[in-house]
Amino acid sequence: MKTKIDQAHKHFLQKERTIKSHVFFTQLLILIAFIGLWEVASRLQWINPLLFSSPSSIGRLFYEKVVDGTLSIHVVVTLTETLAGFVIATVLGTTFAAILWWIPFVSRVADPYLVIMNAMPKVALGPILIVALGPGYSAIIAMGVLISLIITTLVVYNSFRETDPNYIKVVQMFGGKKIHIFKEVTLPASLPAIISTLKVNVGLSWVGVIVGEFLVSKQGLGYLMIYGFQVFNFTLVLLSLLIIAIMATIMYSGVGILERKLRNR
Amino acid sequence: MPFLTVDHLTHAYFSTKSVTTALEDISLEIEEGEFVSFLGPSGCGKTTLLSLIAGLLQPTSGEITIDHQTIHRPHKRIGYMFQQDYLLPWKTIEENIYLGLKIRRTLNDFNRTLALGLLDQMNLKETQSKFPHELSGGMRQRVALVRTLATNPSLLLLDEPFSALDYQTKLKLENLVFKTLKEHKKTALLVTHDIGEAVAMSDRVLVFSANPGRIKSIYTIPEHLQRMKPFDVRHHKDYNEIFQSIWEELNQLEDKD
Ligand SMILES: Nc1ncnc2c1ncn2[C@@H]1O[C@H](COP(=O)(O)OP(=O)(O)OP(=O)(O)O)[C@@H](O)[C@H]1O
Ligand SMILES: [Mg+2]
Repeated sequence: MKTKIDQAHKHFLQKERTIKSHVFFTQLLILIAFIGLWEVASRLQWINPLLFSSPSSIGRLFYEKVVDGTLSIHVVVTLTETLAGFVIATVLGTTFAAILWWIPFVSRVADPYLVIMNAMPKVALGPILIVALGPGYSAIIAMGVLISLIITTLVVYNSFRETDPNYIKVVQMFGGKKIHIFKEVTLPASLPAIISTLKVNVGLSWVGVIVGEFLVSKQGLGYLMIYGFQVFNFTLVLLSLLIIAIMATIMYSGVGILERKLRNR
Repeated sequence: MPFLTVDHLTHAYFSTKSVTTALEDISLEIEEGEFVSFLGPSGCGKTTLLSLIAGLLQPTSGEITIDHQTIHRPHKRIGYMFQQDYLLPWKTIEENIYLGLKIRRTLNDFNRTLALGLLDQMNLKETQSKFPHELSGGMRQRVALVRTLATNPSLLLLDEPFSALDYQTKLKLENLVFKTLKEHKKTALLVTHDIGEAVAMSDRVLVFSANPGRIKSIYTIPEHLQRMKPFDVRHHKDYNEIFQSIWEELNQLEDKD
């Protein structure tokens, strides 16, 4: 009997592995086919190589820029701005949420304003930010913060508010004050919600920073893209886009690792 | 001198649309070490009364005192056990039973040892570093009891603490809780829907009527049954008679609704 179950289990595992490798190879195949097709289409002039560039020219440009060292500064600038915007938005948003939770009067007053601010296209405030903060890093970081701040506040506040009141009663019965309720129950109960806003914020802060760089900067990947547009170098535009995609993915997996760490606690 | 007094207590819930009178003119006195159960139809205000005594709610009128002190907020000497365990899922069992001590800033080696000793009494020593979701319902409710007892309250409020458990676990826990409370000379108020449980565990049973909640009648359990373990009471020849009369009274109350 025991060996039969073991056998079945082995069989099950083998099947799982096979499916997993099939998925992976199909994904790889699609990627290779896409790059290959792009290259061929570009070389044979099926698509305009000036507009759509080609994988080989992007690769060449990447190599040149790494060798002459002009790429790293842009990557570092954009990455720093994004991380700053991301961290500030998350910390500030969670703080605002805590204030709303702590003082119900404030949350009732703020409610309609938050809804309006959330619905507003925040990117449109970019020019005002630049005038207010001056054309520089601070305006760009502010853009990254602004775009995700309100939604962070709303989501985290909602999660604070939805904490099971029975856990709160447990703490109150031990004489716990608001600070204890927050520390022992509300905050830990909301960690999953906070993590999921982190995931959303990764994407949003990249958008905010790139838009900010479009508007003012002299450095950064957003600047490189705008510069590429201006001199009609679409290889440069696509290269910047690719780098952004890769870095955003890395940041996203970073949040995923954090999530797993917290969950295993 | 009564330990707990409830004096002409009335409580109403307000909303913008309605007023619900949950309790009207409740007066009662509980002696130290007594075990008293509340029985009554659903919605007659049993949980409301416990929450008021717990200091989680403020009465609309009337007064509650414990040891001559009026209750305005949760009191140090009162512990509350809910229908479900409400162990914090992100804390280990050990951290959970220290919760009250931590909040009260009395988490020292002495109290730690006491709490762990209680856990051992409940046969849960080896679950110490596990998380609540790794335990069965009965085990979790026992941990909740340890958590409540760890701060050494004199009065325990128990709001249907066994109702979410299967019958066998429930009977075992009744015995265990009864024994533990008697050993530590605790006073207890138990809300239950189970007439048998009320008779088996209590010294007195208060029957409530609904709309608004009032004390309908009081049954004093004969002394020889008071001293027996709940499980043995359920098998005693005098048990059925008391059960019957409470049963009939409750039936009348529910027919009236
Ligand atoms: N938070 C609340 N707001 C408004 N009304 C409430 C609230 N809690 C309870 N009530 C009402 O007060 C009355 C008494 O409720 P309570 O929960 O105390 O009854 P109970 O005897 O514990 O009932 P059950 O046996 O079902 O637990 C009910 O009519 C209920 O609808
Ligand atoms: Mg109830």
